[in-house]
Amino acid sequence: MFKIKSELKKAEVPMRDAYCNTLMQMAEKDERIVALDADLISSSGMKPFFAKFPERAIQCGIAEANMIGIAAGLSLTGKVPFAHSFGPFASRRVCDQIFISAAYANLNIRILGSDPGVTAAYNGGTHMPFEDMGVLRSIPGITLIEPCDPVAVADIVSQLSDVYGVYYMRMARKSSIAVYEPGSTFEIGKGNLLRNGTDVTIIASGIMVAESLKAAAALEADGVSARVVDLFTWKPIDTELIVDCAEKTGAIVTAENHNIFGGLGSAVAEAVTQNCPVPMEFVGVTDRFGQVGTEDFLRAEYGLTAENVAAAAKRAIERK
Amino acid sequence: MERSIRARELTAFAEEIRVETLKTLGYAGFGHIGGAMSIVEVVAALYGEFMRIDPSRPDWPDRDKLVLSKGHAGPTLYAVLALKGYFPRMMLRELNVGGGHLPSHVDRNKTPGIDMTAGSLGQGISAAIGIAMGDRMSGRDSRTYVIVGDGELDEGQNWEGFMFAYAHKIDNLVCFVDKNLQQLDGYTKDVLDTGDIAAKLKAFGWYTQEIDGHDMGAIIKAIKSANSTKGVPSAIVLDTKKGHGCTFAEGVLSNHHMNFTPEQMEEAMKAANERLEAARRALAE
Repeated sequence: MFKIKSELKKAEVPMRDAYCNTLMQMAEKDERIVALDADLISSSGMKPFFAKFPERAIQCGIAEANMIGIAAGLSLTGKVPFAHSFGPFASRRVCDQIFISAAYANLNIRILGSDPGVTAAYNGGTHMPFEDMGVLRSIPGITLIEPCDPVAVADIVSQLSDVYGVYYMRMARKSSIAVYEPGSTFEIGKGNLLRNGTDVTIIASGIMVAESLKAAAALEADGVSARVVDLFTWKPIDTELIVDCAEKTGAIVTAENHNIFGGLGSAVAEAVTQNCPVPMEFVGVTDRFGQVGTEDFLRAEYGLTAENVAAAAKRAIERK
Repeated sequence: MERSIRARELTAFAEEIRVETLKTLGYAGFGHIGGAMSIVEVVAALYGEFMRIDPSRPDWPDRDKLVLSKGHAGPTLYAVLALKGYFPRMMLRELNVGGGHLPSHVDRNKTPGIDMTAGSLGQGISAAIGIAMGDRMSGRDSRTYVIVGDGELDEGQNWEGFMFAYAHKIDNLVCFVDKNLQQLDGYTKDVLDTGDIAAKLKAFGWYTQEIDGHDMGAIIKAIKSANSTKGVPSAIVLDTKKGHGCTFAEGVLSNHHMNFTPEQMEEAMKAANERLEAARRALAE
């Protein structure tokens, strides 16, 4: 069960602290937990874990392919490895290692790709994954997750010790908007209906959840009733909820910090078109590369704003 | 001369594996003959002498593990696993049969006794390191062996692994390099010259030996030496011949993957059986 904040404000805990603290709590109780990093523990916030559990913390250096292979090998001996790098280097750079050594081999690993999309900010186009989830989504059986705030991170990560398979999570390292009240729980593979509505549904994940809630509030002022769904699991996708949204509201907007080609919108469209075709609009990066800038600059540059989401919602409703 | 008796026994076992491997490839009518033949002796030494295994419990956590990173040499491994009793010898007929248990490249989910899936070259070294580390963290004294090809060393991931294993003192790991001097497109020196592999591994900090990969006595000695080495990972560069012991493959440049006629295989089987008989006679002497 979850409860959302009545007011959207910056979260007190950075996402990476939620991640590290949760993994440390898990490691206290579970000897199988192992952390791997590729020369980025200062960035990933995993220094406390590496200090507290040195025998279960593996510094791989800047060699991500080797890191993923080692994680796969560790899992073969019963360990539950959590490997981290920046999003592009934890996904597209190691796609074949994730595919063959982990997924095809039916092994059991978790990968954190930090700083998705525009949250990579000053690191720019080389470090700004608009494609990580799309690259990985065609790997059979993989689970893809994008939580939106530290409460979601903590609860979702805490569930990753006793599941089996390949799990990839993208997450901003630093601050986020707090969407959920502490104590909220999340079911991997199920979306959260954050706000009910009758005219249109906005389906979002990550940083676009808060933007979508803002958009829904703005739409309400214009007399439009919008549902908002946090679809934090991109795969396996919650087809049941998506179909319900299509049936009950008759129009869908997706909002993602990712290329709209092969992203959340594409995945939702697959569910919609096969089960209950309704007009859809896609808010996200329109097949472009990243670049440097503040996160605010980049959100505006790529149209990842509440205003854009609200405008897309109106367009979708007009097409009914 | 206890050791030489054991070496002769293992040589006979190797020739038995060679016969079964050829038979397995013969069922399919095509396959990766060259690289399957060159690793026969090391596989015989591992499964016949060194590896702590229990064929009735392929998932026994305390077993020693083998990662066949050059996964296309699967038929050799299938032959030895059948001979060790992991599965009935009849199953060797399933090589490359749709829905069967023996794919061209090794798959841990399909074949009892295969410890790790491989086939996308360069990835086995990392998996082997992970396995060795996992066993070490769990307090198991299991050893992990990995076989990579010399052509496979073109893949950069191997060198990431070599650096890592030295830095992390992974001394329960032995990497065999099957230096058969050939890869799919021709001689390794022409495709992408590997240079002096043993010198490179030494420079990476590995305890490195280079031996005749078809000399059982040398293989036994080298593995013993590697297994008693502490503090650094061990490498054994095996000077081998691609297609060794297969009449229509040995000495042929394009022997990575071959189609062959029943007559060619019949002749190869006859020669391989003669090698086996000779090895058994040597044992009786």
